[in-house]
Amino acid sequence: MEFTEPATKRKAARKAARKSKLYRKDGIKLLLMALPFVILAFAFSYVPLFGWIYAFFDYRPGIPLSNTEFIGLENFRTMFSDPRMGPVLINTLALSLLSIATAPIPMLFAIMVSEVKSEWFKRLVQTTSTLPHYISWIIVFSLAFSMFSTEGAVNSILFKLGLSDTPVNVLGNYDRVWTVQTLLLLWKSVGWSAIIYLAAIVSIDSEQYDAARVDGAGRLRTIWHITVPSIMPTFIVLLLLSVSNLLSAGFEQYLVFSNVMIADRIEVLDLYVYRLGLVTGDYSYSTAVGIFKSVISIILLFTVNFLSKKFRGQGIV
Amino acid sequence: MSTRTIASQSGASRKRSLDWKNLAFNACNYFILSVLVIVTIYPFYYIFIYSISDSIEAQKGVFLWPAGFSLESYRTTIALPGIMDAALVSLSRTVLGTVLTVCCCSFFAYLITKDELPYRKWIYRFVLVTMYFNAGFIPWYLTMKAYGLQNNFLLYILPSALVGFNVILIKTFIEQLPVSLEESAKIDGAGYFKIFTSVIFPLSMPIIATIAVFAAVGQWNTWFDNYFLVENPKLQTLQLVLYNLLNQSSNLSNMTTDQLSRGDLVRTLTPQSIRMTITMLVTLPIVLVYPLLQRYFVKGIMLGAVKG
Repeated sequence: MEFTEPATKRKAARKAARKSKLYRKDGIKLLLMALPFVILAFAFSYVPLFGWIYAFFDYRPGIPLSNTEFIGLENFRTMFSDPRMGPVLINTLALSLLSIATAPIPMLFAIMVSEVKSEWFKRLVQTTSTLPHYISWIIVFSLAFSMFSTEGAVNSILFKLGLSDTPVNVLGNYDRVWTVQTLLLLWKSVGWSAIIYLAAIVSIDSEQYDAARVDGAGRLRTIWHITVPSIMPTFIVLLLLSVSNLLSAGFEQYLVFSNVMIADRIEVLDLYVYRLGLVTGDYSYSTAVGIFKSVISIILLFTVNFLSKKFRGQGIV
Repeated sequence: MSTRTIASQSGASRKRSLDWKNLAFNACNYFILSVLVIVTIYPFYYIFIYSISDSIEAQKGVFLWPAGFSLESYRTTIALPGIMDAALVSLSRTVLGTVLTVCCCSFFAYLITKDELPYRKWIYRFVLVTMYFNAGFIPWYLTMKAYGLQNNFLLYILPSALVGFNVILIKTFIEQLPVSLEESAKIDGAGYFKIFTSVIFPLSMPIIATIAVFAAVGQWNTWFDNYFLVENPKLQTLQLVLYNLLNQSSNLSNMTTDQLSRGDLVRTLTPQSIRMTITMLVTLPIVLVYPLLQRYFVKGIMLGAVKG
């Protein structure tokens, strides 16, 4: 006993050492294998961040950065006196707020679908309503153009039915830009956004519905008192997330749908950053506006996450 | 029998009013949903019947049925200069981009599940954080240029090779697999890479398929990298070709007059027909793999929801 104990101890220690040595060797091997991926993430996500320094120089394309003047926060100051900044922010906020205001529609749609008893009809509705999610904004534009342009389907149908004799230009309507764009976004996303609510509805205990029916509750009442409260948490999380994306109104959509007639009212922050940069060639100022947007977005994300933690006891990130 | 009917008469009348309400509810519900289905499907249907209509007839208006029947627009569109090249570019970026991102994300996710990996947590976080920030347009543009990715096919596939969200999904999946399988392979003397290719990767097929479908649709639909950084006409994607057609109708008439001067039969074809046909060609692959999309996307969004 007295001899074996130290012997086994030694053995165990040696084993541990061998293991840790092996461990270390494996560790280095693994580290080397992971290295290319770390470099990949660094190169494509972190390196562009160094580009933020352009915002602090009076950079012009073609002249190396070392030859350009350091101007500090000048670009950020310009932002406050930029007459275009106000309208752009209003466009961005209006389009974001409109999409937030329409956020209950996918929920309503999901409830309606879940109330359908016929399986094939349910599948038909789900399959068709999700299709627009998978196509690019360019295709959506092409479809919208065929429907709503002056020679498009809608105008010719209205004309044939004698409902209008002057073609309506939906995509070039200055006064209705925000409404049209919100409806287009809704058309593309409603079926897809509903999926998550449908899953939440499926997981509701069906006994609750049976009990309510025994008590004599109708369809609308069971929806209002059982379905809606059950999917409310999901709705709140998605709503909070969309608040944190307030300044990121969809770039591709508005780029594609922009035209001379409506450009003023569809130019959102991302679009403005692009126009300043690549069209005007003012890289420095464009970068500054981009930084402004990123910083506010991150602040919003943290705020929303903090509020969510405080009131729901759970973060959203 | 009769006594029971009398006893529950008041109940029956209440039930009848409930039935009536139920019927009204169903009628409204089915009606609204049917309208929504039509609103969603009709634009696709319209493009389809227009593209197979006789081009000249179609100008007078197409609503429910094709006006005449002709595949001339397809024949001409496919023969337009650059279309086949663009289709090839779109196809290659979809296939290569998907393969690359699946390989990178899954192998990296596997490495992250290994306890022996030093600084494991930090490496994982380093990659995940990339989901939450974005340097902005000009810094992105200048960086890609500095890497020499302008007018380079690699621009389409390299930046999206490692996606934080995909890594989370695969890592969560691998962690659920039984450890014993991996251990037995290790005892047989297999190294990490061998274990990954012969054990982990095949077992992770359900999640890999989901991510592959995600990535493929993304690749097929992405065009802004092409729009901002690639001018080389040999590297145009199909999406951008369509966008250019939509944007500059003059471009299109140029193309058709070009063909006209070459004595083709374009006289019978309108720009609208060609636009509809290209839209069909770009949408078709998505519609064809749609059943697959539905299955895997729903799975994917659910996994994401569980994580988030």
